Amino acid sequence: MNKFFRIFVKDSAVYPLVAILLGLIFGAIIMLIGGYNPIKAYSSLLQQIFGSSYDLGETIRAVTPLILTGLSVAFAFRSGLFNIGAEGQFMIGMTTATFIGIKLNLPFLLHAVVAMVGGAIAAGLWGAIAGYLKAKRGVNEVITTIMLNWTALYLSNYIVVTFLLEKGQQRTTMIHENASISSSLLIDLFGGARMHWGTVIALLASTVFYIILWKTKQGYELRAVGHNADAAQYAGMNVKRNIIKAMFISGVFAGLAGTFEVLGVFQYQTNAAASPGYGFDGIAVSLLGMNNPFGVVLAAILFGGLSYGAAGMSFGADVPPEIIRIVIGSIIFFVAAQGIVRWLLIPFYAKRKKEKVA
Amino acid sequence: MDINTIGQLLSITLIFSTAYIFTALGGIFSERSGVVNIGLEGLMVAGAFAAAVASLYAEEAGMGGFTPWVGLIAGMLFGVLFSLIHAVASVTFKANQVVSGVVINFLAGGTTLYLVKLLFEGSGQTETIKEVFSKFKIPLLGDIPIIGQALFNTYPTTYIALILVFVQWYVLFRTPFGLRLRSVGEHPSAADTMGIKVLRMRYIGVLLSGALAGLGGATIALTTTSNFSHNTISGQGFIALAALIFGKWNPIGALGAALFFGFSQGALKNFLQLFDITKQIPSEFIYMMPYVLTIIVLVGAVGRAKAPSALGEPYDPGKR
Repeated sequence: MNKFFRIFVKDSAVYPLVAILLGLIFGAIIMLIGGYNPIKAYSSLLQQIFGSSYDLGETIRAVTPLILTGLSVAFAFRSGLFNIGAEGQFMIGMTTATFIGIKLNLPFLLHAVVAMVGGAIAAGLWGAIAGYLKAKRGVNEVITTIMLNWTALYLSNYIVVTFLLEKGQQRTTMIHENASISSSLLIDLFGGARMHWGTVIALLASTVFYIILWKTKQGYELRAVGHNADAAQYAGMNVKRNIIKAMFISGVFAGLAGTFEVLGVFQYQTNAAASPGYGFDGIAVSLLGMNNPFGVVLAAILFGGLSYGAAGMSFGADVPPEIIRIVIGSIIFFVAAQGIVRWLLIPFYAKRKKEKVA
Repeated sequence: MDINTIGQLLSITLIFSTAYIFTALGGIFSERSGVVNIGLEGLMVAGAFAAAVASLYAEEAGMGGFTPWVGLIAGMLFGVLFSLIHAVASVTFKANQVVSGVVINFLAGGTTLYLVKLLFEGSGQTETIKEVFSKFKIPLLGDIPIIGQALFNTYPTTYIALILVFVQWYVLFRTPFGLRLRSVGEHPSAADTMGIKVLRMRYIGVLLSGALAGLGGATIALTTTSNFSHNTISGQGFIALAALIFGKWNPIGALGAALFFGFSQGALKNFLQLFDITKQIPSEFIYMMPYVLTIIVLVGAVGRAKAPSALGEPYDPGKR
């Protein structure tokens, strides 16, 4: 049994899996304390995710932006930076795509591509601001990205309200049909869920992430700078330029997520009171995915599924959906504090060793 | 612009700054001990929640004027409780401190809303607290023009916050405890050699940050909003974090930064109205201003802020 397990579960995957399990158990305990039935709650969560092809499609839709914001945070992490600004980069990407989607009038496909690329580049530049300030001025990127998040929110609202507003509404007019990337094929396949081609691009992006970081010279430099900036400097790499580049690429990933929400899902943008939170969730996704592009995809599926399924818990078992935030929080806690998991696993490992001796 | 208006603007500034002052001071304790605290936001949420709930219970129990004080203490304790999670993860288990802070934000947001729905029959917010803090005028001093109106005719929490700034400055820079706390944040292995218990000092730093950020959150619930809902705390913790970096990890600097944020979020709009500028500047740009100004000031005038040297590094005695 143990051997079978070790073939399929690499050692590096043990901690996250145990962390997920512990997080779910912890959530169940909280539910029990609150007087709810955790088994009923978790089964209605699964029911909500897999209950119909529509729900499955909506889950996939919810997972898509998380893959990209997760990749965004992970890419920065690999380059030694902490990007709390995926949230703001997401907003900038979204707003740029909306602006291009409404204001330009281009032929089919080209319009969508221009809107997407425009959004991605704008968001990349937004991220690069924090990179530039870190590289040239030594300003901590955590603070600048937090500040840029709010700036992005209000800047986006300003653009929405001033240039794009639908009369008498708190949202923009619809984008041109040619700019849309929603997929009627997938929509029909998934019972009318708001499916779009962005999901495919998000999956491709995780491969691109892998290729950039591990198969190119540029990626080697980024990782070297992330590992030890002084050593990289000594080896003749341009550390400052790499920091800016890393934040630019990180911003591109987050920005793409934003463009898909408009071009694929909503086709318009609202005057928002707060940013949508995908960037912050991206931090969690990146951590659980161990900053590995394929790990990020799996983590995004888990978190997107949990978040979408949470609504089912409140219908089916009357549990406040906020419990899912607690579950996610405790999963990251156990991933971050691996010492706790290791400590819990000691008895198992000790047993294994004994077997070997015998 | 007459004297009364200036006093009013100052008064609004101070009231808006109060929560930032508390929370930034908390952050200073934690970061001076070498532990980054991105979780200030979550700690404020915990404090605001506990303050609102405890006050409602105290009100029902007929505590009258003591009600908000009960709330304040509850907010502090709940903040400590959540900061304990941060301490255990980042000090004992050497987790990445930024990550552990993110966890606090997740957990505090989820837990408090879950509890609110549990306690208030599915509603997303608490009932309104009737017994909140009211302004207290200090006799004689309160009659001084401008300063009296701003400084000596305000909420009890604002007095406490202002006094704490100087208390913390004294504790940090003039007492053996402060020296130990700072040495643990600057050079933990050297401190260890001198017989200072590094991990214990860090625990104290983080727990103090929980108490103070809890106070900050409680202040908002007990003076401005009078209840707790999902948007009672929306970013104030991050602003406080910026304030302490802005203030170069020094209580008096943090006070200045908190006043700056208090002014730009509370009084700036009224100030601009006096000159009739609000009509020419879109409101979004006025909202944006504190954040953009922070970046500009961090880049320019203040220059490079020097963080405690060991900030963010878990202490591992085996590694020298």
